[in-house]
Amino acid sequence: MRRSVSIAVLTAALVIGMGTISMGHKNFLAGAQQKQEATEVKIDNFSFGPATLTVPVGTSVTWTNRDDIPHTVVSTDGVFKSKVLDTDEKFSFTFSKAGTFPYFCSIHPKMTGKIIVQ
Amino acid sequence: MTGKVKDEIMHDHNGDGIDRRGFLKCMAWAGTGALCVMSGGVLKSYSLSRLPDLSQKEALGELSFVQISDSHMGFHKPANPDVAGTLKAAVDKINALSAAPEFMLHTGDISHLSKPEEFDSVDQILKSAKPKDVFYVPGEHDVLNDDGKQFLERYGKGSKGGGWYSFDKKGAHFIGLVNVMNLKAGGLGTLGHEQLEWLEDDVKRLKHSTPIVVFAHIPLWSVYPEWGWGTEDSAQALASLKKFGSVTVLNGHIHQTMQKVEGNVTFHTAASTAFPQPQPGKADSPGPMKVPAEQLKSVLGITDVNYVQGQHALAVVDSTLA
Repeated sequence: MRRSVSIAVLTAALVIGMGTISMGHKNFLAGAQQKQEATEVKIDNFSFGPATLTVPVGTSVTWTNRDDIPHTVVSTDGVFKSKVLDTDEKFSFTFSKAGTFPYFCSIHPKMTGKIIVQ
Repeated sequence: MTGKVKDEIMHDHNGDGIDRRGFLKCMAWAGTGALCVMSGGVLKSYSLSRLPDLSQKEALGELSFVQISDSHMGFHKPANPDVAGTLKAAVDKINALSAAPEFMLHTGDISHLSKPEEFDSVDQILKSAKPKDVFYVPGEHDVLNDDGKQFLERYGKGSKGGGWYSFDKKGAHFIGLVNVMNLKAGGLGTLGHEQLEWLEDDVKRLKHSTPIVVFAHIPLWSVYPEWGWGTEDSAQALASLKKFGSVTVLNGHIHQTMQKVEGNVTFHTAASTAFPQPQPGKADSPGPMKVPAEQLKSVLGITDVNYVQGQHALAVVDSTLA
């Protein structure tokens, strides 16, 4: 009898504990997913998508080149500059100040985009 | 035609009806380069794929040279998984000419990612070409990450500023221009003030009758600005060449042959030795064009290859200027 009670208590404690962990994990994941959706720029068919992206101060934006041809991500005002990105390569930059940051591909300068940091 | 197709498929490893040799033969649609013949001070240009039709007399002239372009060594996507093979095929065609051309021009995008080993591979392949002198201008793929430092170290000896230069051959004046540096957001190819000044000065001493050949990577005429296929300040460069009776402009970049005659100036673009790009505005973007497998098979036969050549060959020029 005593033994089964202690097992029940232990099980309950374990369930609660796991619930807390999984809830915390879930919240963390949801937060990360939301953030990722909002801060990714995809390079497809010689264009940046979205061409204009608005993010809060402190956000890290990641560009991914999905073309068969290399591209770059270069700030028009010299704030950031990626190395050349081959297919599937990424570049990230964290925007710590508010403002509008126009950028382009220095290899194909017809490709332009803008990050608005608020 | 069916018999011909059978002939060509000898090592069909992928089960797609195309072996390596067949694939290289297919690549004939991409063109491989152009033979340029100077005759009576006027430059004529012939697609290398059309050379069997060319008479001995036409192929000689006062001076003949070859233009190749856009080798993109290092590219390995489906549009062409063997860019070394197609460059070698171009060299084979050059070496098969009855009279070896005097020299070669490479109008840029030698490499795909500006990697030293990519340049090394091209150098190695071009060593087996009969013409020993190769004159280069950079494409935007050759000056990635280092503002062209490596390109200049390798190919820019004796050049000025960002790599521009000129030389004389058999009475013709050749000018290599650089329009892939310091590109501005939203803009096209750029020559820049310093280069334009140099150009004006470079041609000052020349007689009006001197044939002029200008070569640069991005077209010096407005092919399709929406895709960046043009040069911002090319009009200023051409203004410096107004006094000359014969001006030929040779470009690469757009991976297809086009030609245009405007007054005293004839413009040509060369095909890529690596992969084709779509016709202006005929696709969402100017990215590499993968010819579908069924279409590849259909161009295996001689008849179809000829048909495709008809669309791409530069041969029109001789009739225009005759």
